[in-house]
Amino acid sequence: MIAAAAPVRAKRVLPGFTLSLGTTLLYLVLIVLIPIAALILKGAEIGPERFWQIVSSDRAVAAFRITITAAAIATAVNAAYGLLMAWVLVRYDFPGKRLLDALMDVPFALPTAVAGLSLTALFSANGWFGSALEAAGLQVVYTIWGIALAMAFTSVPFVVRTVQPVLEDLDVSLEQAAETLGARPWQIFSRVVFPAILPAWLAGCTTAFARSLGEFGAIVFIAGNLPFQTEIAALLAFIRLEEYDYNGAAAIALVLLGFALVLLVASNLLQNWAARHREAAR
Amino acid sequence: MSITITGMTKRFGQTDVLRGIDLSVAEGELMALLGPSGSGKTTLLKIVAGLEWPDVGGLQVGGQDWLQLAARDRRIGFVFQHYALFPHMSVRDNIAFGLSVRPRAKRPGRAQIAARVDDLLDFLQIAPLADRYPAQLSGGQRQRVALGRALAIQPRVLLLDEPFGALDAAIRRDLRRWLRGVHEATGSTTIFVTHDQEEAFELADRVVVMGEGRIEQIGHADEIHDHPATPFVARFMGATTVLPVTLQAGRALGAGLDLTALPRRALPDGPARLFARPADIRVQPDPNGPWRIDTLSSTGAELRLLLSHPDLPAAEAQMPRRGAPSLARGSAVTLRLEAGSVFSDHRPLPAVPVTPLRKELFK
Repeated sequence: MIAAAAPVRAKRVLPGFTLSLGTTLLYLVLIVLIPIAALILKGAEIGPERFWQIVSSDRAVAAFRITITAAAIATAVNAAYGLLMAWVLVRYDFPGKRLLDALMDVPFALPTAVAGLSLTALFSANGWFGSALEAAGLQVVYTIWGIALAMAFTSVPFVVRTVQPVLEDLDVSLEQAAETLGARPWQIFSRVVFPAILPAWLAGCTTAFARSLGEFGAIVFIAGNLPFQTEIAALLAFIRLEEYDYNGAAAIALVLLGFALVLLVASNLLQNWAARHREAAR
Repeated sequence: MSITITGMTKRFGQTDVLRGIDLSVAEGELMALLGPSGSGKTTLLKIVAGLEWPDVGGLQVGGQDWLQLAARDRRIGFVFQHYALFPHMSVRDNIAFGLSVRPRAKRPGRAQIAARVDDLLDFLQIAPLADRYPAQLSGGQRQRVALGRALAIQPRVLLLDEPFGALDAAIRRDLRRWLRGVHEATGSTTIFVTHDQEEAFELADRVVVMGEGRIEQIGHADEIHDHPATPFVARFMGATTVLPVTLQAGRALGAGLDLTALPRRALPDGPARLFARPADIRVQPDPNGPWRIDTLSSTGAELRLLLSHPDLPAAEAQMPRRGAPSLARGSAVTLRLEAGSVFSDHRPLPAVPVTPLRKELFK
């Protein structure tokens, strides 16, 4: 018989795995899980029939439709712009590059209400852009375009910041290999570079979309908030809350939560898919 | 395709990477660029590939001025040090890449591409791996796929950057022999870069030794080994001991050194330096000898000695343990040089002798 060796515990930097995991879990439960659970419990109180009634009311359906449409427009714009921005930040050197890189985080840092106010000022009928657009017959403020604009502003960093590191890690020799094999620049991009950043790009777009669905502060100033026209779902939930209609608020919030969860799962699946062949690039 | 490089220079910022390279590679030749890191060998290879551009110089390939051609129009096969396989494509798609990106008019049909890929998979003995992804392959397998991808476009010139650098010693040896076979089968003009002498000498028809952006010597293994053209080559070829000697009528003389085994040389009288490899230094026990054994260690097969002399730099010797005289740390010895290269301190270094090509290389 050989005596079993005593298990050797690996040394860790932080004291005690149990303690550090416990702390983080406790925090997560207090800050995130309990509020979400409360929301779900509140929603469950309503009962399925009443829930459906609230959620499928004309005003709620209109609010969801407006929110999703505007978020889709904002995401489409950010998908293109964010990809280009990440490309410029990674592939070119120019004076002020670091400043531009830092500016990309402004939408994260700026209070969204401030963003909403300044966008409204710029695009209102007597603002800098608004007056010019007005002359061309385009109204941004108090339309779905205004909502999309505010959403685009607050969600642009998501695309840039997910694509950027992947593009930075991309081995230059892959592109050189494609070139020596006779590929034209467009072929190198579409067949070598783009497939490599596609999963990150899609994941970035997904989180940008999720963020847009939940945006509130920047939108309420620019949207005009007309029921059935420019009223977003988050605002409708807020209005219900102000009316002491807790069930109505909870039902709408639950639907938004559902959207967000589905999108986050999708984003994570995309990230996993991205890691599928990743190691081979080294 | 024969390759002619003339007067090529290249700077990166303040660093001269290439300081005037003149080199000809014959059609069908397998040539090695050998040198330590920073010698400019990879830069030279990348210039031939069109991935770098020289500041000054000419590059003629098969009579065509390649400095007027982009990399994609040169039709070269380039094998990268870390293979640079496309991670999201299967082995088959990687190999087919070069054919499938051709303009429609020149692109072979789908079936033709598939047939060409199948041929290459068989030729490279990787047919069972056709549907795997690069991440699922070992280093040696990736190397073969990278070579297959490069060969698929029937390159006019094959260029390999440290082709075995990232592999285990045993796999290296196998692949080396295999690559020589591939070269003979395809007959393409091939240049590869390496810092490993053994690899360069075993594989290449001719070896170009590079140091600090210059060509130090071009030749075959024996020549470079026995007659290094410059102190740099002597050192690079393993001469770790450098001793001051005096030249008299072509003979090297040194205090405490038996140099009678060295041949006469056409060098002027005066001070010179002797470069010697450890294995070429014979250590003889002699109670009156001026050298002392400082350290003595055994690797089982060989004895390694560090020797000191009151007035000379330290020397390093190595000999088979079997049949070695009985030596001990601290004992007095004399040194006899079986071989070594002597470079005069006065005259500029002799011109690099150009080795004639082997006849059978010309087709």
